[in-house]
Amino acid sequence: MSLLVLENVGRRFGALQALSGISLSVEPGELRAVIGPNGAGKTTLFNLISGFFPPTDGTIIFENKPITAVNPTALVRRGIIRTFQITEIFLALTVQENLRIAVETAMGINLRPWISAATRAAVTRRVEDLADTVRMSAKMHRIAGELAHGDQRVVEIGIVLAKSPKLLLLDEPTAGMGDEETNHMTDLIRRLNKDQGITMLFVEHDMAIVFGIADRITVLDNGRMLAEGNAAEIAGNPRVQTAYLGQAA
Amino acid sequence: MSTDLSSPRTASTKSPGKFTMSRRGLGNLILAAVLLAVPFWLPLVGGYTDLASRVLIYALAAMGLNLLLGYTGGLSFGHAAYFGLGAYGVGLMLKYETHSTLLALLAGTLLGGLAAALLGPIVVRRRGIYFSMITIAIGQMFYFIAVRWNSLTGGEDGLTGFSRQPIHLPGVTLAMGSVDFYYFVLLCFGICATLLWIILNAPLGHTFVAIRENHKRLTFLGIKTRRYIAISFAISGIVAAMAGGLDALLDNFTSPNLLNYTLSGDFLIIAVLGGMRNFYGPLVGAVVFIMMRDYVSSITDNWMSVIGLVFVVSVIFFPMGILGFFNRKSSS
Repeated sequence: MSLLVLENVGRRFGALQALSGISLSVEPGELRAVIGPNGAGKTTLFNLISGFFPPTDGTIIFENKPITAVNPTALVRRGIIRTFQITEIFLALTVQENLRIAVETAMGINLRPWISAATRAAVTRRVEDLADTVRMSAKMHRIAGELAHGDQRVVEIGIVLAKSPKLLLLDEPTAGMGDEETNHMTDLIRRLNKDQGITMLFVEHDMAIVFGIADRITVLDNGRMLAEGNAAEIAGNPRVQTAYLGQAA
Repeated sequence: MSTDLSSPRTASTKSPGKFTMSRRGLGNLILAAVLLAVPFWLPLVGGYTDLASRVLIYALAAMGLNLLLGYTGGLSFGHAAYFGLGAYGVGLMLKYETHSTLLALLAGTLLGGLAAALLGPIVVRRRGIYFSMITIAIGQMFYFIAVRWNSLTGGEDGLTGFSRQPIHLPGVTLAMGSVDFYYFVLLCFGICATLLWIILNAPLGHTFVAIRENHKRLTFLGIKTRRYIAISFAISGIVAAMAGGLDALLDNFTSPNLLNYTLSGDFLIIAVLGGMRNFYGPLVGAVVFIMMRDYVSSITDNWMSVIGLVFVVSVIFFPMGILGFFNRKSSS
């Protein structure tokens, strides 16, 4: 049974057909990359899946239930969580406070005007676990806005992990990163997928990363699906080579 | 940041350890001692007790406003409405219904608080400048009601014919002279400040701050941010209403000016002047504002220009307010 299924999904903005005829399915535990040249519709696809706006055609099914017209907040509660191309974290707060608000939200205790010592301890434990998972324990008390770009992206992943996502959508997780930061992020994505079994869909421009870690790859071009397969199939696909890889190489 | 004596943002941050905790405790202790001793030392420096009561009342209103402004990031230009409703609630109760000061204060607080709780959900439908415009519009509505409804409110002349009554507690009777009343105000201030502190250090307060910092991220964690801004608005209105009730008790009088947007502006000036990212910023702002108003207005009728000048200078040179300035200095 597939976790996420898109059936003939399309999205039109006025006269512009940004996406059309997208059909794909993501299996539980899969690490799926979405690639394609600029303007291929990758971010639009993410926006559709995460409920930013509804598709104008087709159906999106998550855990066997249609989610085509469900709003983002409700999708988050069902377990579809995303990061953004531009990092969205709480810049003026410390890393610990960033993770804490995420944990408190995940525990559903935001409305509480006071907190017991036991609950506070549970929150703290979970925050420390998360920091450990994303390897940010040493920077817990740094102000997030003062961290390097790569660390800020890692904090964002820590925040979304607090919600125990069933499907994690990462929009260009390594964009703008140096080599070391990229390795750190790639390692984190792989660990989250293999160790915690989180199903992930990520948009990425760096082909080395895509071919290195993705189970399967979906190639978009000009709003349409060009190909789908594992790394070897995609690398050997002549249509992909002409449309995308040839031009990138 | 470990020297930040009064920001709840760092309150539960563990790493700076015991030192910070005890420093904060010590700070609170010194503050409490200074405030408790006001009736003894204030006359020595040429002040009078009612002036200190006024400082605490304005500080309380600005602290309430600051929950919304400094911690949740909502700029309200209409908090005088809830302050004024609290004042009229107290005045009308004492004039027509009861001789109990406590009951009247409770009624005034509930009246203003209820208005804020009911209007909050409307106000939070917009963000930014439109949010502020709606708060002004709603505030002015109450102002004109008070001016027009002569038979009940006394119109532009204000509401007279009531006075605060002695409070009888088991074993003690507070005559509610100037000094008694100061301690009564201080007690109300202490209770509200403690409750606000607890909220700011709980998940609810963390959520307010997170909304101020990045409401988009919070929305994408599944939080309906409007609901929380409305809650902040309501709590903030309740505190302002209690301050307004105390103001009516201090003067044994209330007028439509207590509902006017100029007073809302005064509360904003107090919060920003003192430091809106600091828990005690509004208290510092109120001390400066009320003292200056008292002294400068005895010299010139144009006291507002002097306050305006001080405000402009402070916003340019100390954008984080007086406390914010000192905190940054001590941490660098």
